[in-house]
Amino acid sequence: MLLVTCAAALMLLQQAPAEGTDWDAEFGIAAKERDPLTGEFPVAPYEQSNANAGAAPYASGALVAAFGGREGIVRIAARTVELSEADPRIAAIFASHDMVRLKRTLGEQLCYLIGAGCDYTGRDMRSAHADMGLTKADLNALVENLQAAMREAGVPFAAQNRLLAKLAPMAREVVTR
Amino acid sequence: MSIIAPCLATLCSLLGDAASADPQIAYEPVIDAAPVAPPVAPPAPPAPPAPAAMERALAPLAGASALGDAGLRLGRAELFKGGKLLLTNGVATAEGSSGGGLARWATIGGRQMPGGIGASLHATAIELADYGWRSYGVLVGVGDRLELSYARADFDTRKVGVLLGIGEGYAFNLDTFGAKLRLAGDLVYGAAAMPQIAIGIEHKRSRDGALVRALGAAAASGTDVTLSATKLLLGHSLLANATLRYTKANELGLLGFGAAGAGHELHLEGSLAYQLSRRAVVGTEYRSKPDNLGLSEDDWIDLFAAYALTRHLTVTAAYVDLGAIATIPGQRGGFLSAQVAF
Repeated sequence: MLLVTCAAALMLLQQAPAEGTDWDAEFGIAAKERDPLTGEFPVAPYEQSNANAGAAPYASGALVAAFGGREGIVRIAARTVELSEADPRIAAIFASHDMVRLKRTLGEQLCYLIGAGCDYTGRDMRSAHADMGLTKADLNALVENLQAAMREAGVPFAAQNRLLAKLAPMAREVVTR
Repeated sequence: MSIIAPCLATLCSLLGDAASADPQIAYEPVIDAAPVAPPVAPPAPPAPPAPAAMERALAPLAGASALGDAGLRLGRAELFKGGKLLLTNGVATAEGSSGGGLARWATIGGRQMPGGIGASLHATAIELADYGWRSYGVLVGVGDRLELSYARADFDTRKVGVLLGIGEGYAFNLDTFGAKLRLAGDLVYGAAAMPQIAIGIEHKRSRDGALVRALGAAAASGTDVTLSATKLLLGHSLLANATLRYTKANELGLLGFGAAGAGHELHLEGSLAYQLSRRAVVGTEYRSKPDNLGLSEDDWIDLFAAYALTRHLTVTAAYVDLGAIATIPGQRGGFLSAQVAF
């Protein structure tokens, strides 16, 4: 009883930390800042290549018009990310990632694969999804959101499937459990 | 005791001093304090939209009902959680397996994903020129690996029953117990050249043993072995299926199994379907069959359309041409089936 009282008294005597302590600095955590131009967080350097897009693009530009040109494709990519962020099935996967960067790189990837002449500057599928522990169910949810975005943009179903045909084989690199 | 007492007295006096000198030290309401603005405000560009964040925060509450999307748990398996893309569980075949109506596919029925358990129920009616078919069944799917099914079929001979000498309205009855195991591949994902491949069995028991033996069948029960390969070729919006069936069933087993000098044969089931939308698919099927009894048993073909009304409910309508059944030719007609899947 006495010991407990002593301990309690000693605890009460401790000094509260000063207000406004920079805890990140105390624990040696470097603050990440968004690039003022692009709005993206910096990433570790990697070798950029269109081969990172995970598939060869359609050679003819026949699909480009169906997707509303480059602008249409970029809008569809951004919309897919938005729908996924609001999708309770997979929102948690996106929560800690840079959505500004994802919208840009996904737009580039789709634009490249459809044959609209973009370059893909993102990482390859395996390293971009490493340690995310994605399942096939997560992938299905993303596919449904991409389909919804394409449907909203008025992309004909056969053209939607032509794009999915490029993405489907990448499941091997993306699904890890 | 004699040592601790002075110590305590000192502490108490210290505490008293400290408390009177600076009452904020110990009792500052840290938790309720207004948050101090972070010293480094991130430079403004696109701030994450608040409504999305709020939706995310509230979302888990939306489906929190007992049978919501969260599903139930059975040990480590998620029960009825679903997750499959529309129509990728196939529709029920006449024999209760997942497939395309007449042909068995390599698909695993139920809406479950790996780690989950799903189920489906179906009812099918086929109206032919002279016969009527009714079947219904239940199926359980385990992950993307195993499918177990049971179906009961009742085949009404109607007026032709008199002609066949078995009485008007005599109905043949068949129980089918099926199992299917996915060996490799994926219907949707992976290389286009790598289909989903499954082996399976269908053990069938005719409930008309004496009659089918009198018709010449060697047995009232038999087991088919199947090997199926199915792939959704997204680039063409086509689903292709081929199934090899090692069977001795006469008219799927309704007329018993085998005959004197006729055993198992290898037969082929093929399906080709075109995806009109996420929900709609149209296609055609072919199924070859043995003719052990010499009753001019024909191969079967159909033209079908399947529509996913909801994630759970799929209806299939088809035109079927079943050729001659029990020597009565021209058995064409309509096929209608409903499937509820979880």
